[in-house]
Amino acid sequence: MRVTCVVNGETREADDVWPGESLLFVLRERLGLPGAKNACEQGECGSCTVYLDGQPVCACLVAAGQAQGRTVTTVEGLAPGSGEEQLDRVQRAFLATGAVQCGFCTPGLIVAVHDLLARDPAPSDPDIREALAGNLCRCTGYEKIMEAVRLAATS
Amino acid sequence: MSPVVGKPVNRVDGPDKVTGTGRYCGEIVLPGLAYGLIVGAAVANGRVVSIDETAARAAGGVFGIMTHRNTPKVANQPRLIPSLAGQPAPGESFFPMQDDVVHYWGQPVALVVADSEEAAAHAAALLDITYEPGVPVATIADGRASATQAKTLFGGLMPATDERGDVEGALAAAEVTVDATYHFAANHHNPLETSVTTAQWDGDRVTLWDSTMGVRASQLTVASLLGIPLSDVRVITHFVGGGFGSKAMVWPHVTLAAMAARHVGRPVRLALTRPQSFTSNGHREEQEQRITLGAGRDGRLTAIRHRKLSVTSPFDDWAEPATGVSTQIYGCDNYLGDHQLIHGNTMTPTFTRAPGESLGSFTLETAMDRLAYELGMDPIELRIMNHPPVDNHGNPWSSDGMADCLRRGADLFGWAGRDPTPGTRQEGNDLIGTGVAGAGYPVAFMMPVQHARARIFHDGSVVIQTSAQEFGIGVTTSMSQVGADGLGVDMDVLRFEAGDTDLPNTTSAVGSMGATMQSSAVHNAATTLRNDLIAHAVNDGKSPLHGLSPSSVKVADGRMTSTLDPSIGESYADLLQRNRLLDMEALGSWTPPGMDTPHGLLTFGAQFAEVAVDKDLGLVRVRRMTGVFAPGRVLNPKLARSQLLGGMLWGLGQALLEGNQIDRQSGRWALNNLGEYLVPVHADIPDIQVDFVEVEDDVVGPLGVKGVGEVGQVGAAAAIANAVFHATGRRMNELPMTAEVVMNGGGPG
Repeated sequence: MRVTCVVNGETREADDVWPGESLLFVLRERLGLPGAKNACEQGECGSCTVYLDGQPVCACLVAAGQAQGRTVTTVEGLAPGSGEEQLDRVQRAFLATGAVQCGFCTPGLIVAVHDLLARDPAPSDPDIREALAGNLCRCTGYEKIMEAVRLAATS
Repeated sequence: MSPVVGKPVNRVDGPDKVTGTGRYCGEIVLPGLAYGLIVGAAVANGRVVSIDETAARAAGGVFGIMTHRNTPKVANQPRLIPSLAGQPAPGESFFPMQDDVVHYWGQPVALVVADSEEAAAHAAALLDITYEPGVPVATIADGRASATQAKTLFGGLMPATDERGDVEGALAAAEVTVDATYHFAANHHNPLETSVTTAQWDGDRVTLWDSTMGVRASQLTVASLLGIPLSDVRVITHFVGGGFGSKAMVWPHVTLAAMAARHVGRPVRLALTRPQSFTSNGHREEQEQRITLGAGRDGRLTAIRHRKLSVTSPFDDWAEPATGVSTQIYGCDNYLGDHQLIHGNTMTPTFTRAPGESLGSFTLETAMDRLAYELGMDPIELRIMNHPPVDNHGNPWSSDGMADCLRRGADLFGWAGRDPTPGTRQEGNDLIGTGVAGAGYPVAFMMPVQHARARIFHDGSVVIQTSAQEFGIGVTTSMSQVGADGLGVDMDVLRFEAGDTDLPNTTSAVGSMGATMQSSAVHNAATTLRNDLIAHAVNDGKSPLHGLSPSSVKVADGRMTSTLDPSIGESYADLLQRNRLLDMEALGSWTPPGMDTPHGLLTFGAQFAEVAVDKDLGLVRVRRMTGVFAPGRVLNPKLARSQLLGGMLWGLGQALLEGNQIDRQSGRWALNNLGEYLVPVHADIPDIQVDFVEVEDDVVGPLGVKGVGEVGQVGAAAAIANAVFHATGRRMNELPMTAEVVMNGGGPG
C-alpha cells in the first residue's frame, strides 16, 4: 500500500508498504530518517519517540497505515535550521550539560523533553522524572539529562 | 598546565547525536542492501534433525537461507582471548552452523536473508525445524556436582587461583571470623543499540560497519574465521549505541554477516533483535561467591578466603575474575582466591561492566561491613586501617587515594555521628539506613603497542587519527583535547578521526583502558609532530626562530614563539607555506608497561548510599548516593562525571533490579526484553553526588590517566546492601535484592 503523510513539514510518500510495518520502519528504512531509533521493539524504551499530530508516540507501536494523512515530526525536524545556533533549546541544553553519551536514547529523549516543556514550562524534578521514566538511558545515570531539562526550561 | 585537557569541553560528536543525523552501523545506506535475521535454536541441548525450508523459500522477498548444510566451514577457529590483548577475540571458541549439534538455547541454527526486516522475520517464522532434544544443564542448581577447579581463565591468560601464606591456619587462629555466601543472578548488558553488522564485499575484500568496542578485534577475528588476509578486512565504526562489554568480544553474527553477504551477492545488514541480545552476545554469568575473613580484635585482617562458583559454556573456561581486588585492596598475609566452573548449556559468558570485580568487591565489601559490626569498629576506619601502601606483591601503588576517597566521601555524605545500630531510624513505613563501601578496579596491562598519527596541513588545520572508535565514552572529544594540547593548537582547527581499521592501531576501549591507551598514543603523536615542526623552524635560515634551541620555543594557538622574547615567532602555517610543504605528519607510539610492571595498579574510590526500605513490602529505594574516585588525570570532567554517574547507576541496577535466570527444564533465559529485565529509569534515580580525589600517576602513561569506565560501578551495590542492613538489621545474600529477597531472604548480621 501507499502511505502519504507530512513528515517534518514535507509531504512524503512511501510505496509498497506492508500493512504490518511500523511507522518506525517507514521513517528509518523508506524515508531515510534514522533519528528515531529501534532499540526495544515493543514500546518499553522510548528511543523511537516522535510526534504524531502533535502527540508523542513510540513509532515502533504505530502501524504504518495509522500515519496515513497525518503529521509526523521527528528529532530531525525540531531544529528550525542547520548549524548549532539554529538548534532547538532542548538540543542546545543537551549539548551544554553533557547529557549525551552514546546518543542512542538521545533523539527519543529530546522529543519527549520537547513535549514535556510544551505542556509544562517549569516542571519540578519529580515531574521530570515521572515524565521521562519511559525513556531509558544506559550510559548517563540520568543526572545530566535532568540538568538539561532544567536548563532548557529556563532558556 | 595545558589549555584544554582537564576542561569540561562540550562533546564534539554531540550535534550529530542531538539532531539524529549520526549514522550508526545499522543505518548505513547501501544500494541493494539485504536484511539478515538469525534463527536461534529452540532447545538448549541436542541436535537439529531436520530443517524444511519449503514454505520459507516460497515467501516473498527471500534472497537466501543458510543452515549448517550450506554455511561455509570456518578457516581457523581462534581460541578465546580478551579483546584488549590484540589477538583474534571470538566471544566463544565455537562457531555455529558448522554441524547439527545444539549447545545452548538461541544458538544460531539458520540465517534468513530477505529484502526487508519484515520479510526476513516472516520467512524465519516459516522455517520448520525439528530437534532431538537432550536434557540441559545450565544452572548452578543443576550443575553443582560437576563443578571443577579452573586452572586458568580467559583462554589461559590468567591463573584461576591466587594463594599466599597459610589461609586455613590463619582462619583457625583468628580472633574474629566472618563467613558469608552469596548468590548472584545473571546480568545482561542491554545497551540501547543491539549489536549490528553491515557487510559489503568488493571482490575479495570485505568492509564491515560493525557496532563494536574494538574495530581491530573485529578485523582480526573475522579474518581468522574466513581465512583471508587482514588487509582484506576493513572495519568501520563511527557511532555505537553503547556496549558495556557486549561489544568487546566478537560474536558469531559479525562473521555470519560477511558470510551472508557473500552468499546472496549483496550487502547485508545483520542486527540482533532485543530478545537475541539476551542469547547472542554473552552475559554476566550466574554465580555464587563465598568469603571468609579472619581478623584480630584490633581489626587487622589475618586471612581472606574468597571462592567463586559459576556456569560457563561447554567450550571455554570463562569466569569473570572475582578476586583481583580482594587480593590486594586490603593488606593480608594469608590469602586464597579461586574459581570453580560448571560447564553447562549456555553460551560463553563475557565482560559485563566492571567485569568480575563489581561482584567480587560486593562480596568483600559487605563482608568488611559484617566484620566492622563484629568488632564494633567504624567501617571507614576499618578499611583505612587495612588499606596498605603496597599491593599483594609488595609493589607500591602507581598512585593511591583510597583513604582520601573514603574521608572526602564521609564529609560530603555526612557520615559523622552515624548511629551504627541497625533498625533504629524509621520514617513512616520506611526503615532508613546508610552504608559505605570501598572501590577498586585493576588497571590492566596486556596490550600491544598503540599508534596514532598527527598531521598538519599548510593552512594550519590538523587531523589526528587512531583506529579505536567512539562508543559513547567521549574519546572523540577527549582525544581532540589531548591532540590540541600536545601540538599546541586550538581545538577548533583540529579534527579527530577514528573508528576505522585503515587508521593506526589502538586497542579496544575495554576494561577502562580506552582513555589511557589512546591518550598516550595521541599525546605522543602530537608532541612528536610539534617537536618536528620546532626542529624545522630552528634549522630554517628564513625562520625568525632560526638558531634558537628547541627547548626555548613554545607553541600556543598554532604559533611558535621564543620563550625569551614572545615577539619573535611564526605560525606553523607560515613555516609550512614558506618551505612549500603541503603537510607534515608524525606517527606516535606508546608501549604499555607489562603485567609485571613493579607497581600496584588499581583505581580507587569510595561509595556511600542511603536507603529507605518499606518494612511491610520490602521495597528498597535508594535516596542518595555519594561516590568519590581517584582516577588519575581527568581529561574532561564533564565526560568523566557522566561516566561515573552512569557506573553508579549500574551498581544500583545490579543491587535492586537486574537479574535473569535460566529455566531449568528448557534451558532458556526466563527474561528476554526490556519490559521484564528491569534497568533503572529516571524515576528510580536518587540524589547522586560525584567527586574526585586528585592523584598524580607517572606509571600508567604519559598523561597519568587511569580511566573511569568501571570503577564508578564497583562498590555501589555493596554500599546499598550495607545500607539495607543498617536499615533492617538483615543481611541480604542475593542480588538483585528484590522485594521477595528483602522480605524472605537474608538473615541476621
